[in-house]
Amino acid sequence: MGTNRITSRRKFFKASAALIGGTLAVSFMKPLGLMAQTDSDDNTKEKDKLPLWGMGVDIEKCIGCGKCAEACKIENNVPKEPFYFRTWIEQYTVKNDGEVKIESPNGGIGGLSQSVPNEDIFKSFMVPKLCNHCTNAPCVQACPVGATYISPEGVVLVDDTYCIGCSYCIQACPYGARFMNPVTKVADKCTFCYHRISEGLQPACVEVCPTDARVFGDLHDKKSDLVKFLQENPTEILKPHLNTKSRVFYNGLSSEVR
Amino acid sequence: MEEHFQHLYQALSQVDGYIYPNEIDLHWGLMIVLYPYITGLVAGAFILASLERVFHVKVLKPTYGLALLTALAFLLVATMPLVSHLQHPFRSYEIFMTPNSTSAMAIFGFVYLWYLMAVLLLEIWFDYRRDFVIWSKTSKGFKKIFYKVITLGINDIDEKSAKLDDRLGYFITVIGIPSAFLLHGYVGFIFGSIKANPWWSTVLMPIIFLFSAMVSGVALVMLIYMVVNWVRKVDIDMKCLDTIARYLLFILIIDFTLESLDQIHRIYEAEESFDIIRVLVSGKLNITLAVMQVGLGTIFPLSVLGLFQFYKPSEKIRKVFYFLIGGMVLVGIFFMRWNVVIGGQLFSKSLSGFTSFKTVYSGMEGSVMAAVWLILPLLILSFLLWLMPPWKKVAYHE
Repeated sequence: MGTNRITSRRKFFKASAALIGGTLAVSFMKPLGLMAQTDSDDNTKEKDKLPLWGMGVDIEKCIGCGKCAEACKIENNVPKEPFYFRTWIEQYTVKNDGEVKIESPNGGIGGLSQSVPNEDIFKSFMVPKLCNHCTNAPCVQACPVGATYISPEGVVLVDDTYCIGCSYCIQACPYGARFMNPVTKVADKCTFCYHRISEGLQPACVEVCPTDARVFGDLHDKKSDLVKFLQENPTEILKPHLNTKSRVFYNGLSSEVR
Repeated sequence: MEEHFQHLYQALSQVDGYIYPNEIDLHWGLMIVLYPYITGLVAGAFILASLERVFHVKVLKPTYGLALLTALAFLLVATMPLVSHLQHPFRSYEIFMTPNSTSAMAIFGFVYLWYLMAVLLLEIWFDYRRDFVIWSKTSKGFKKIFYKVITLGINDIDEKSAKLDDRLGYFITVIGIPSAFLLHGYVGFIFGSIKANPWWSTVLMPIIFLFSAMVSGVALVMLIYMVVNWVRKVDIDMKCLDTIARYLLFILIIDFTLESLDQIHRIYEAEESFDIIRVLVSGKLNITLAVMQVGLGTIFPLSVLGLFQFYKPSEKIRKVFYFLIGGMVLVGIFFMRWNVVIGGQLFSKSLSGFTSFKTVYSGMEGSVMAAVWLILPLLILSFLLWLMPPWKKVAYHE
C-alpha cells in the first residue's frame, strides 16, 4: 500500500514537473525566436532596402528659440506641463571662473534668455536634446515585456497597448529622454515623428527649426543631408562611454555637455 | 492628476542645480523600496531555515518551521508592491506571457515563481505532509477540510514514506539555498545592471543585496521567534537565540565589509560621477544613510553583538538587547533599500543637480499602502501559525 502511494506520488510530481517545464519552455521559446523561423533571408534583404533614420544636431546653429520643443508638443500631443518632453533645449553658460550653469526652463519653449551678466560669461551655447535612438538601446534591453523596441528603420518606439508602466526603461535611459505620460500611463518618448517620416515628411522639430540646426535623414543613403552633415563635420554622440551607439550626432559638442 | 501636477510643481521649485526636465517626476517611490526589502526578508528567513536543515545546526531547531512560514508569508506579498506600482497593473501577466529575454525584470518573474512553487511550497509540504495526515484525523471543521485537501490524497504515514518525505525535503532545501541566493541576487542585479545610473551600477550590487537580505531575514526571524514565544507564554530557548544572534553578527560583518568596499572603491576611483555622489551622500542621504543605515542599523548592532561574544550579560538583558537590535537591523536594512532606490533617483543623470522626494500618505504609492504591504505578511504569518503551528508538529525531519 505504502509503496503504491509512493509510486503514485512520484508520478504526480513527474506530471507536475512536466507541466511546469512545458509552460516555461513555451514562454522562453517565443522571445528567443525558436517557435517560428521569421528572420528569413528575404526579410534581411528587405531590411537593407529600408532607410536607417538618424539625426544631426549643429550646436553652432541653435539659437535656443524653443520652436522645436513647442512644435513637438503640439504635433505629438505631449502634455503641456513642464515635466514632459520628447525634445528640449539646454542652455550652457561657462562663466569666467569656470563654473558651468545649465538651464532649460520649460524645456526652452518660449525661447531661452541669458541670466548670467555678459561680463561674467566665458562662453555660452545651446544643446537640443531628444531620444538618441540608440543602436544598443538600454531601454529596449530593460523592458520586461518587449513593449519598447527598435523598428526596422532604427527608430526606438513604444507599443502603447502593451507597456505595463513599470518605468524600468525610464531608469535605464542614460539621457533622460523618456517620461511616463500622465494621460496614457505608458512610457513616452521621441519617435522621430514616425507618423510623419513614414509619409516622407520631416519630423516636426526639424521642419520648424529656423536655422537648420537639426538635420534628419537616412544613414543608408549616401546622398542624404545627414550623411553629408556627418562627412563635413567632426561629430560626436552623447555619453559614448556607455556604448549605446546612438544615432543622434552632435557637431560642436563641448565637454561640459552630458 | 491635478494633485500630481501640483506635487511636481513643488518639486520643480526645489530643484538644486540642473536636472533633465523629464527627471522631475521621480518614478520609483516607496513601493519599489518595499519590493527588495520584502524579497530580502524571504531569502534571509529561508537561509536561516537551511542552516538547520542542510548544515545541521540543530540548536536552531525551534526556529526552523517558523523561518519557513515567515519566508512563505512574505513571499506571497513580495510582488504586491511591484504590481500596485505599475501604471497598468492588469497587463502585469504579460511578464510571464511574453517575457523579454534581455530584461532583468522579466526574468525575475520566473525566478520568483520557481522559488515559490518549486522550493518553498514543496519544502513546506514535505515537511508537514505527515502532520497534515495526522491532524486531518484529529481536527474538526475548516482545519479538517484544509488538512485533508492539502495532503493531496497521499495519506501514508509509515516510516518508509516519512523517510522519503525527509529525503525529498532535504533535496529541495539543498536546491533552495542557491535558489534563495538567486532570488535576491537577482533583485540586486535589477539595479546593478542599470549602467545609466552610477549609484546603482556596481558589480557588487547583487552580492550586497544578498548579504543585506540575510541580515534582515535573520533579524526578522529572531524577532518573530521572541514575539511568538512571548504570546505563547513559552520560555525562549536562549541557546537558540544566542546562536541566531551570533550568525547575525557574522553576516552583518560581511555585509558591512562589502558595502564599505563599494564606497571605498567609489572614493578611490573617483570617477566622473563621484562629485555628485559625494554631495548626495553627505547631503540628501545624510540622515537615511549615515544615521539610520550605518549608525542605527549596522554600527550599534555590530558593537553590541560583538561585545556579547566576549561578555555575556544576564539572559534578561540579552533578550532586551536582541529585541532592540532585531528592530534596529530591520529599520537599518529598510533604509539601505531606501538609499539605493530613492538615492539613485535624487541626482540627475546629467550629474549636474538634484531633485527631491517627498512621501505621500494616500494613494497606491503612499505610506499607508506601504504599511499595508508590511503588515499583511504578518497577518498571513499569524494565520499560517494558527493553521500549521510548527510547535505542534508530530513528525520531524532528522
